[in-house]
Amino acid sequence: MKHDRILLAHGSGGKLSHELVEKLFLPPFDNPILSRLDDAAVFSLSPIAHRLSLGEVSSDKRSAISDMTRLAFTTDSYVVKPLFFCGGDIGRLAVCGTVNDLSMVGATPLYISAAFVIEEGFPLKDLERVVASMRKAAMEARVLIVAGDTKVVERGSADGMFLNTTGVGVVPVGVEISGGNAQVGDVVILSGPIGDHGIVVLSEREGLGFETDLRSDIAPLNHLVSAMLQASLRIHVLRDPTRGGLATILNEIAAQSKVGIRIEEGRIPVRDAVRAACEMLGYDPLYVANEGKLVAIVAPEDASSVLAAMRRTCYGEEAVVIGEVVAEPPGRVLMKTGIGGTRIVDMLVGEMLPRIC
Amino acid sequence: MRYIEEFRQGAVAAKIVERLRAYVSRPVNLMEVCGTHTVSIFRHGIRSLLPRSVTMLSGPGCPVCVTANADLDKAIALAEIPGIILATFGDMFKVPASRSSLREAKAEGADVRLVYSTLDALEIARANPQRQVVFFAVGFETTAPTIACSILEAEREGIGNFSIVSVHKLIPPAIKALLDGEEVRIDGFLLPGHVSTIIGSRPYEFIPGGYGVACAIAGFEPLDILGGIEMLLRQIADGEVRVEIGYRRAVRREGNPLALEQMYRVFEVCDAEWRGLGVIPDSGLRLRREYEGFDAERRFDVNTPPPREHPACRCGEVLRGVTSPPECPLFARACTPERPIGPCMVSVEGSCAAWYQYGGP
Repeated sequence: MKHDRILLAHGSGGKLSHELVEKLFLPPFDNPILSRLDDAAVFSLSPIAHRLSLGEVSSDKRSAISDMTRLAFTTDSYVVKPLFFCGGDIGRLAVCGTVNDLSMVGATPLYISAAFVIEEGFPLKDLERVVASMRKAAMEARVLIVAGDTKVVERGSADGMFLNTTGVGVVPVGVEISGGNAQVGDVVILSGPIGDHGIVVLSEREGLGFETDLRSDIAPLNHLVSAMLQASLRIHVLRDPTRGGLATILNEIAAQSKVGIRIEEGRIPVRDAVRAACEMLGYDPLYVANEGKLVAIVAPEDASSVLAAMRRTCYGEEAVVIGEVVAEPPGRVLMKTGIGGTRIVDMLVGEMLPRIC
Repeated sequence: MRYIEEFRQGAVAAKIVERLRAYVSRPVNLMEVCGTHTVSIFRHGIRSLLPRSVTMLSGPGCPVCVTANADLDKAIALAEIPGIILATFGDMFKVPASRSSLREAKAEGADVRLVYSTLDALEIARANPQRQVVFFAVGFETTAPTIACSILEAEREGIGNFSIVSVHKLIPPAIKALLDGEEVRIDGFLLPGHVSTIIGSRPYEFIPGGYGVACAIAGFEPLDILGGIEMLLRQIADGEVRVEIGYRRAVRREGNPLALEQMYRVFEVCDAEWRGLGVIPDSGLRLRREYEGFDAERRFDVNTPPPREHPACRCGEVLRGVTSPPECPLFARACTPERPIGPCMVSVEGSCAAWYQYGGP
């Protein structure tokens, strides 16, 4: 890696972020659970399972743990600025973000911890607002916040506050969801319009003053995932397109599963307000963050029943099929554009910066 | 959605594409001058729809890409002066200069702020009266009028802590330099839509008049671009070249007189150094004498060592349309958007970045 310092781009979810994980974090921590690089770690709690992961026991013992209850475990830190925006705040974002990471491996989220790093001078009433928002989100998701921590740092060190949440859930028997499981012929389903959250946060942060009723789409997706799993267990991949957007996660899946993905621009829903804001700034909605959407890669025979289940469920009403998994070219995402051309959709490189002229 | 959907209709696009095939009897080189055109062409998959005999060349219309290292070195040096806030457009942030970049300077503690417009920079100056705010004014004729406005506003309000480094460039002289350089045959120019909104179509009339090359001013939606390409191919096929305005909803022959008036009230034409093209006479803008007080290079003592460029970087050739990005030996190997060697790989409107993001393996 050429850089000798951390750059903002290392946190934006695109190529530099991936490189940091793969080259700096993964090798020293190396273990089979982490290296799957899914949104949450999945494992069984028994001593044998632990020894298997440590490599102390041979992998033919794997069948001994295959019937054991699997836990999902994930952590995330929230540094969003501004802390409060239309449609949400850092508290709702933190609870839903972690609920969703667990949901993306098919787990039922159960318990969350919350660690606060707060800047000296932060108004107590704002902290109460964040906490009230967390409570509301937790109740909607039916999770409990069971552990926490608070640290206070000097003024100027934390942009108001940073929040870390860790979550734990249970993966039901028969559910095998992972970024590496997409199969050729699978259908790609998107749960709703893209770009809302990223544009709202950006416009409020920069005071861009778009006159719009756009709201962040932050939402807990566990009930939606549960409805989908009831319709079919042949959901191979779930992923939520957060930082880096839809384009980035489709590329991640294509690389992990070693398949190609073909999507159609005309099928991808984008709200007018998002489209207009993106046009002005020179952004591509495919790369803008979402916090209440998911992509599902489903066996073709079950696609219509999964889609129907989604459309009957809150946060899935606008679900659509946007493409399919193909064999060639492996690791690549191709898109048929609105005017009938074809283009490559790559992962986000660096951060998105608005154009000059 | 107004102004977007109508210009993206697939059925209309298909008809234009069909017609394009009828016009082309020999290989034709068309240069899209503007970086935003390069990106739009890729984004909508237009390359995949054009007849094989049409080659699209990318030109020097990327303001970040054509900013000379010497100028960027000065901006970095200013940013490193304690107490100065250096405001810049986002793209310029990541470009590697002779020894560093604004991004690295910020990571090491310089106060570098990204802004969407100069008026934001002026706002920073108002909000921080005890600090000096310097705006790195990069851009073509599209942005120069807005910078002129900010200077006039600063003067009106008596804002004494605001100054700029003017590295503005003008498009028509660069096109002339390309044509005079005769390095690559260009049969037609797809001219930049937004620059032309300001300057109109008149400044380009020397191109068909003096060089016999077709011209079409096009907007940025796919139908604008396909329509512009059709205009060029028809002119070439008929043997009657001129400056055609395709972008009628935004461009008039006389341009925007108010914007031009503001621009030339504050700025005057000067020679400018373009990366890859060298010094082009009368191709830049500097502050007029009565506004010299806003010149950051006069206000602050900035000494920079001689600029240097990576010896293997071929950005200059890419900007002149001589080399396409994949033909550069560094492309996608030593030079990537995460570790760029030249600005063409950094800017959102840079040809190399566009090829890298959209061009495929």
